[in-house]
Amino acid sequence: MTLIRIILKRLLSMSITLIGVAVIVFFIIRIVPGNPIAMMLPPGAGEEDIARLKALYGFDKTLPEQFLIWVRGILGGDFGTSITSRQPVMSLVLGRLPATLELSIMALVMAVMIGGTLALIGTRQRGGKAEALIDVTNGVSLSVPDFLWGLLFILLFGVLWPVFHISGRVSPALDLPFVTNFYLFESLLRLRFDIWLDLVSHMFMPALALAIPLAAIIAQLLKQSLKETMHLDYATLARTKGYSENHVILREALPNAILPTLTLVGVQFTFLIGGTVIIERLFSYEGLGNMAIDAVINRDLPLIQGIVILFAVIFTTVNLLVDLTYALLNPRLRHG
Amino acid sequence: MADGRAAAKRPINPRLWLSGGWLLILVVAALAAPLLAPQDPLAQDLFASRLPPMWQGGSEPGFPLGTDSLGRDVLSRVLYGARIALLVALVAGSCTCALGAVLGLIAGYYRGWADVVISRLIEIWMAFPPVLFAILLIAVMGTGLTSIIVAIVVIDWTRFARVIRAEAMTQGAMDYVASAKVAGRGRFGIMIREILPNVLPTIVVLLTLEMGIAVIVEAILSFVNLSISTDDPTWGSMIAEGRAAIHHSWWVLVVPLITLFLTVLSFSQLGEGLKDHFDPVLR
Amino acid sequence: MSFLELKNLNARVGPLPILRDVSLQVAPGEVRALVGESGAGKSMIGKAILGTLPDAIRITGGEILLEGEDLQAMSPKARRRLIGAKVALIPQDPLTALNPARRVGPQICDRLVDILGWGRREAEARVIELLHEVHIPAPERVMRAYPHELSGGMRQRILIASAFAAEPQLIIADEPTTALDVTVQKQILRLIRDMQARHGTALLFVTHDLGVVSKLCQSMTVLFGGKVLEDTSVDQFFSAPDHAYSAALLAATPKYTDPGGSLMPVPEATIHAVEAEIAAHDLAHQIETVRQ
Ligand SMILES: Nc1ncnc2c1ncn2[C@@H]1O[C@H](COP(=O)(O)OP(=O)(O)OP(=O)(O)O)[C@@H](O)[C@H]1O
Ligand SMILES: [Mg+2]
Repeated sequence: MTLIRIILKRLLSMSITLIGVAVIVFFIIRIVPGNPIAMMLPPGAGEEDIARLKALYGFDKTLPEQFLIWVRGILGGDFGTSITSRQPVMSLVLGRLPATLELSIMALVMAVMIGGTLALIGTRQRGGKAEALIDVTNGVSLSVPDFLWGLLFILLFGVLWPVFHISGRVSPALDLPFVTNFYLFESLLRLRFDIWLDLVSHMFMPALALAIPLAAIIAQLLKQSLKETMHLDYATLARTKGYSENHVILREALPNAILPTLTLVGVQFTFLIGGTVIIERLFSYEGLGNMAIDAVINRDLPLIQGIVILFAVIFTTVNLLVDLTYALLNPRLRHG
Repeated sequence: MADGRAAAKRPINPRLWLSGGWLLILVVAALAAPLLAPQDPLAQDLFASRLPPMWQGGSEPGFPLGTDSLGRDVLSRVLYGARIALLVALVAGSCTCALGAVLGLIAGYYRGWADVVISRLIEIWMAFPPVLFAILLIAVMGTGLTSIIVAIVVIDWTRFARVIRAEAMTQGAMDYVASAKVAGRGRFGIMIREILPNVLPTIVVLLTLEMGIAVIVEAILSFVNLSISTDDPTWGSMIAEGRAAIHHSWWVLVVPLITLFLTVLSFSQLGEGLKDHFDPVLR
Repeated sequence: MSFLELKNLNARVGPLPILRDVSLQVAPGEVRALVGESGAGKSMIGKAILGTLPDAIRITGGEILLEGEDLQAMSPKARRRLIGAKVALIPQDPLTALNPARRVGPQICDRLVDILGWGRREAEARVIELLHEVHIPAPERVMRAYPHELSGGMRQRILIASAFAAEPQLIIADEPTTALDVTVQKQILRLIRDMQARHGTALLFVTHDLGVVSKLCQSMTVLFGGKVLEDTSVDQFFSAPDHAYSAALLAATPKYTDPGGSLMPVPEATIHAVEAEIAAHDLAHQIETVRQ
């Protein structure tokens, strides 16, 4: 009952937000001086070209009309046609989405592993030197954004000690037998570990750059939450039963400490996905973000609109998923 | 009493000194850039391109940190870059702060429809990838310092609004607000005289953090080549050049990168240090 | 031979003594009360035995012997295991002593399985039997419940069952009823008494309540400021208390047969006298240390 209510409420809020995003993208591009056609025209285009282009992309209609046409198209799965490549925006965007999703999820996994490990070590060694060291590391990792970590890694592991690829998604020389664009996933399914390794070695640096700030947040929140839990009566009772400190941390404290961490990590994960835009650019990784920047530079309005909407859908979906996971993990809500 | 003594005894956090010190150096360097810079930051000299820094063989005097592929002096460009970075930090930071704090205060204290609208706006803004949003705004408004500042304000006001709204809500529920109401103060008066002073420490901390973020956003935008103009010495455009030339002249990347790193770290540590300073309970 | 013996146990937080030469014994099957006003150090004694003292508190001298073995001389792991197998705790607040994220059943079974090496089936059967014993209706259902689905009284019954499950030789009950409703308190006390009688477990019962002591316990230790003032049988205490403080305590209890009676107003003069006694004890202790 509660679960369904939560889902419905979130879906409603999601759609309002998405409509808001659509309105803003649509009008921002058009309200500002210099109409979109001028923005996308090559230098030296004549009156006739302008008129043709306007008709082609529907810019000859009034703004509300254009908006309605666009929204109707979106609802029918039609995001328009890209100006630079003259292909449907939908297929372009969906072609790049897997690359960005794989990068984000890889980064999330790394962040959870690093942050979780640091939190557990910090809790085990609380009050000691190890905890102090973890706190300092967290402070620095939190202060420096993904963009700078990426640059630092390029310098360290691309140039000074070149162990990872710092550019692209996969080595161009490799022959890819895949039918989907989820290369990382599909290479595993097809047991092509050579390709998988190549993909990982391309992805590792950008994913780590994205992961570090999130890892620091997880380490900090989870550690704090674990430490508070370790003082509670049930943790003490478990100790008197003969359990070791490690056991108490993992089995008694962790299940309770995860929940408060989870909600904040959800928001932070959307920040991480937002970070892919610049990180993909930095590492010439062929994902959505890189495509988005190209689209902006090339003034490809339909493509920009499509990508922004897609990002908004991803963000709101992530928030929804986090809320659902929270409800599922929380015994009070599950049985309420 | 005991609390007061503890606060007085507590030494000012070393990170406040370190980060404040670096930012002070930066401000001085930016102000005195014309005196300190050995070269014109825009002067190209193809015969002096890709000179290494002075501690490496093949360097030339007058170019202590080497030159980029167009023969421009790296040190001079970093110094002049500091002017742009700090200007953006200051102006964009304060404008963002002002807009976000006002909206946050209104939403958090007045509640009602204002809160509904502002909260919804915040939610919509959170659904935009911020970097892409900024790039889009610059593309629409055209390059230039003003565009950058406007873009930062437009994308980042929610950072303030969210926190200040929550704080104003907590403060608004406190007894002292109720007693001010009983004393006959108007709503606006209470917001300015009672709520604002109590959220001021938070605003100062957020402002400091925001300045660091503004520096980064400016760097990112000039990295993507949408900032002021390609010629102007910004740290971001230097980094973009350095990234392209990384395999033959690493210093073009390293020098602005380290400067940017330290600056962003300092703003953030200054903010965190101030937070601890204002809120001894957290320590 | 006594099952548990404390010999001149001293504990401090910083320079401040929390326990002062505490000695006490609990024989197998004995029910001993630990009484004293708030802050006397009753809980600290329990925690010292169980090895769960707060970090700030250090044991500075004395021995804790379990069946003649010194717990402090053992490795932390061996000590944990020994305590886990032979001693159990009935905590004060049943609302916070069960893990909200785990089902009740596994929380009661886990010691049997992990520490004592029983099979899971066997452990579950045993726990269901015990839940019957503490009058939990539909134990199978309760074992699948989360703590928040149960009332405070039920949770305390579950914790009592959990304490008796491993057939420990000693149970430490630290004010096991103060967090409960008055009506539930009586039931829980009766339950503890019945369970103790049936299982023959020794019980160290921490309480403020002399009425409860008179009904439940055989012997008692009176504590003040971390120092043992009197160590006596319950009959002896109620007929002819030895220490002036004990007498005052008794006199101050309105009607000791009434559980829930308070022991608040001990005359100030008596308190001053006890404090002087403790100061003298500390001085003697200091001289002793200096001489060594
Ligand atoms: N974590 C701690 N750090 C320092 N001192 C403590 C700590 N916990 C308790 N103490 C001190 O130890 C002394 C004994 O406390 P204890 O909890 O044993 O009292 P008690 O007899 O159980 O009282 P009550 O009847 O209120 O439970 C008290 O003076 C208390 O201030
Ligand atoms: Mg106690």
